[in-house]
Amino acid sequence: MTNALEIRDLHKTYKNGVQALCGISLDVKQGDFFALLGPNGAGKSTAIGIITSLVNKTSGTVKIYGYDLDGELEKAKSYIGLVPQEFNFNQFEPIIEIVVNQAGFYGINRKIAYQRAEKYLKQLGLWDKRLTMARELSGGMKRRLMIVRALVHEPRILILDEPTAGVDIEIRRSMWKFLKEINKQGTTIILTTHYLEEAESLCKNIAIINKGVVIENTGMQTLLAKLHVETFILNTEEDLQNKLQGWSDDKGCQVKKIDDSTFEVEISREYSLNDLFSELDKRNINISSFRSKSNRLEELFVRLVEEGTL
Amino acid sequence: MNLNQQFTAFKTIVTKEILRFARIWVQTVVPPVITTGLYFVIFGQLIGSQLSDIAGYSYMDYIVPGIILMSIINNAYANVVASFYMSKFSHFIEEMLVSPMPNYLILVGYVIGGVARGLTVGLVVAFISTFFTEINIHSYFVLFSVVILTAVLFSLGGFINAIYANSFDDISIIPTFVLIPLTYLGGIFYSIDMLPAFWQNVSLVNPILYMVNAMRYGMLGVSDIDLTIAFSIIILFVVVLFSFCLYLLNTGKGIRS
Repeated sequence: MTNALEIRDLHKTYKNGVQALCGISLDVKQGDFFALLGPNGAGKSTAIGIITSLVNKTSGTVKIYGYDLDGELEKAKSYIGLVPQEFNFNQFEPIIEIVVNQAGFYGINRKIAYQRAEKYLKQLGLWDKRLTMARELSGGMKRRLMIVRALVHEPRILILDEPTAGVDIEIRRSMWKFLKEINKQGTTIILTTHYLEEAESLCKNIAIINKGVVIENTGMQTLLAKLHVETFILNTEEDLQNKLQGWSDDKGCQVKKIDDSTFEVEISREYSLNDLFSELDKRNINISSFRSKSNRLEELFVRLVEEGTL
Repeated sequence: MNLNQQFTAFKTIVTKEILRFARIWVQTVVPPVITTGLYFVIFGQLIGSQLSDIAGYSYMDYIVPGIILMSIINNAYANVVASFYMSKFSHFIEEMLVSPMPNYLILVGYVIGGVARGLTVGLVVAFISTFFTEINIHSYFVLFSVVILTAVLFSLGGFINAIYANSFDDISIIPTFVLIPLTYLGGIFYSIDMLPAFWQNVSLVNPILYMVNAMRYGMLGVSDIDLTIAFSIIILFVVVLFSFCLYLLNTGKGIRS
C-alpha cells in the first residue's frame, strides 16, 4: 500500500543561513495517527510548511499518497488539510464564509460546501456562531474553526500543528475525541504538539526531530517500552520517621524522602510494582495516594532531546 | 483541478474580493467620488470656464475622460495592493496557497477584483460628471477596451507592489511617489500640444499618457497620440506585468519562505 506521506532526505536552509532540516526521511502509513515531536526550533513547522507547499525546500523529495510535490503538486495538495499553528484566517469575515470559501478554493461548489460546513461546524460546536465575525471568537473556538476549515474539502491527510495550544482541558479532550473519530473513519493524521500526554494518548507512531534531524522514529508503544525507569510519588497518612532507611538498593529501586509524609521511588523495569507493594507492606507504610512523577513520553522526550540517549 | 473546479475556485476569489470592497464602501467608493466631484467643481467649472476650448471641446468636456480614467487607475491599484497585502500580512493568503488552485487563477481572481472596483468607481464618477456636463461617447469599443485594459494593468501593478511590500508604508510609497505624479502628468488636465517640444517628448515616456488619450478618443474622438501606438503600449505592459506577476507567484517571492 502506498504511504500517505513519504519524505526522503529533505533539506531546508533559509536565506539567512539557518539550516532548519538536515536530511530528514519519514514514512507515514495510510490511516496512521502520527506524532511529530521536537523542541521549539527543531524543524517541525518547516517540515510541515514544505509538505503543504508554504515553504520552498532546498532539496529532497516529498510524496503525498504517491504524488510527488515536484511533479504533481496540485494532486498532492488536494489530499492535504492543514491546521496551522498561528491563526491564519481573515478576522473580519463571518466564520461560515471562511469555511465555504476554503471549500471553493478546492473547487467544491457552494451547495456542497454549505452542507459540509454545517456538518463540521455542528460537530465542533460552532454552528451557532456561523454568522459571527472570526475576530469575536474565543481562542478555543478559533482553533476549532481552523479544524473545520481544514476538513471542509475532506482531505485524506490532516496535518495539525499544535492544534490545542492555549485551549482549556475540556475543549482539548473534546477535540481529541473528534480527532480519534475521524482517524477511525480513515483520515491519516499528523500531529505536532507540546502536550506529550496528547501525543501519548492519541498517536500510534512517533518521530522526534531535534536540530533538523530525526532522532527517533518508531511505534509509540515500542518507544515507551524503551523507558527503563519510572518514578512514582507516594504520600503516607503518618510521619515516615525512619521507615525508609536502608531501602534503596542496587536491584533497581531508588528511594528519596521529600518531606515527612511524601517520598519518591524510582524503579527499573526489572523491579515490579508487586515488589514495591510488598516492600511497603514489610516496612508498615500506609499509602494514601500514589502517582507517576511525569508523563512517560515526557520522560523519554527529555532524555532523547537533552541527553541524546535513553 | 478540472475546468469546472477551476471555475468554482475563480468565482470564489472574485466574489470574496467584490464583497470585501463592497462591505467597506464608505472607504472604497465614497472618497473618490468626493475627490473627483471637487475636480469637476474647481478645475472644470471655476477655472475651466475662464479657459478657451481645447480641440474643439470646453475645458470641462476635455478633462472628464481623464478624470474618470484616473479614478479607475487609482482604485484598481488600491484594491489589489490593499487586499493582497492584507492577506499576506495576516497570513490568510495561505488558505489559497495550500489549495490545489493554480497560481494563474489566484492572479486573475485578484485582478478581476481590482477591475470590478475600478469599474464601479469609474461608473459612479461618470455619473457625477453628468451633473456638470453631457457625457459623449465617440467609440464604445475603444472606450470599453481602454477602460478594461487600464484597470487590468493597474491591478497587476498593485499585485506586484503587494508582493514586494513588507510594511503598510510600502503599499503607499508607489501610489504617492509614482502613480499620482504620472497620472497628473499624463495629460488629464491638458493636451501635450500645449507643452514645449522638449516636455512633449518627455511626456511620451509616461504610459498613462497613452491610456488617457485612448480614453479621450473613445469619448470625444480626439487624441494627442495615435490609437494603434496607444493600444500597443497598453497591451505590451499588460502582457509583461502579467508574466512577471505569474513568475513571482510561481517562485513564491514574498509569500513562501
